[in-house]
Amino acid sequence: MSGSIYGPVTDWATDFDHAEPAYNPVAPEIWNDLIEGGCPVAHSDRYGGMWVPLTHELVKEVAYDTEHFTSRGVVVSTGRPIAEPPVGPAPPITSDPPFHQVARRLLLPPFAPKVIAEWESEIRKLCLGLLDKMGEVAPGQTVVDAAVQYAQHIPVNVIARMLGLPTEDDDLFRGFVHTVLEKVNVSVEERMEAMRPLDEYLDVQIQDHVEDPRDDLITYLLNVEIGGNPLTPEHVRGTIVLLLVAGIDTTWSAIGSSLWHLANTPEDLARLVNEPELVDTAVEEFLRAYAPVTMARLVAQDHDFHGCPMKANEWVLLPFPAANRDPEIFDDPDEVHIDRAENRHAAFGLGIHRCLGSNLARLELKVAIEEFIGRFPRFELAGDVQWSVGQIRGPRVLPVRIV
Amino acid sequence: MRVNLDTEKCQGHNRCYALAPELFDVDDYGTAVLLIDGDIPAELQEKARLAVANCPEYAITLVED
Repeated sequence: MSGSIYGPVTDWATDFDHAEPAYNPVAPEIWNDLIEGGCPVAHSDRYGGMWVPLTHELVKEVAYDTEHFTSRGVVVSTGRPIAEPPVGPAPPITSDPPFHQVARRLLLPPFAPKVIAEWESEIRKLCLGLLDKMGEVAPGQTVVDAAVQYAQHIPVNVIARMLGLPTEDDDLFRGFVHTVLEKVNVSVEERMEAMRPLDEYLDVQIQDHVEDPRDDLITYLLNVEIGGNPLTPEHVRGTIVLLLVAGIDTTWSAIGSSLWHLANTPEDLARLVNEPELVDTAVEEFLRAYAPVTMARLVAQDHDFHGCPMKANEWVLLPFPAANRDPEIFDDPDEVHIDRAENRHAAFGLGIHRCLGSNLARLELKVAIEEFIGRFPRFELAGDVQWSVGQIRGPRVLPVRIV
Repeated sequence: MRVNLDTEKCQGHNRCYALAPELFDVDDYGTAVLLIDGDIPAELQEKARLAVANCPEYAITLVED
């Protein structure tokens, strides 16, 4: 038994549902309609109550306010996380201060820019291997799926290697991520049942690392200490779940959305091919316009938020992608300018929970675009695009014809 | 022109380090470190402005003399 326990959305201002399949394909239009209709904070009775601030200022205010909004839950679902604050089920993303800073500090060095930069040649090799696998290409005829045959394989492969998990289990990891992020509007029992295989799989992998330590992140997590004590088994497993979930379909979505834009916009594709030095601003602009990640918080205590009567344990969505199209912050917010020089986008969040993997994501996105357009300087959409469902937005099926 | 970096506001987005490595470094935790104390040389002022305009946390400001 599966499928949404809620029906179709009747009104986006009062019955908002980001996990309604109709949402992601047209999300920017929905945000604009709401803002222009005088609704900067949408609401829904779904999921036990949910608020959705849509401007940069309001999203930033929630992200910065760790007193009124807890990160104990960051993926909206019908239930509520059982793990207690301040640790939460997947530290540090589900942790609140002061524990958050301690747990995060452990993970910052392996994801710092100079450490991540060393992965560039490996990522390039991986991308070239995926392009080679597409086989002989007949220009004007061959259609490849840039999401299924390319984007979806890149981040999962890199994060599995960083963690020390078998890369051949990538189908399994994508299935787990789908469960965590997309199976949200089902019953609590169904969701908990669906999560169990992930925990069981990781317990086996963790035990294997206990017996056979190696140079990878799982071994690192087993060895680090907080205040002279090793991390609890729940902390180790929760952090692995976090790195796996956060490291897979987020960047997969960003790569897919960027290639979707280029397939749709031949003048941008031609310009990027002819002026490869624009790749850095193009990457930032794709991250702004097609930011894949909407986060969430739980209301920590009843309070009035700009006239919205928020109740403890209600959800608040943090649509950074909507904040990135706020005309107060960005000129021509709905236009993509691949040479946009001033770009304060919030694709990786704002405040203390800034995406830990942002340096890795940027590198993967840049290399993936460079190698794809290097191999295929001209390509166009060749069929229906299928978008993801839920808080991570990006194309899951992306057929393009090589021209 | 001088640059002011508020390390309390910096969350390690690393945009300044990417755009103006002559002016900013990052430590082992990804937090920005200001490399220049005092006036910014004329040839680096445009880069300083870019670093300011790309910081998502508004952690960098310019002080015009």
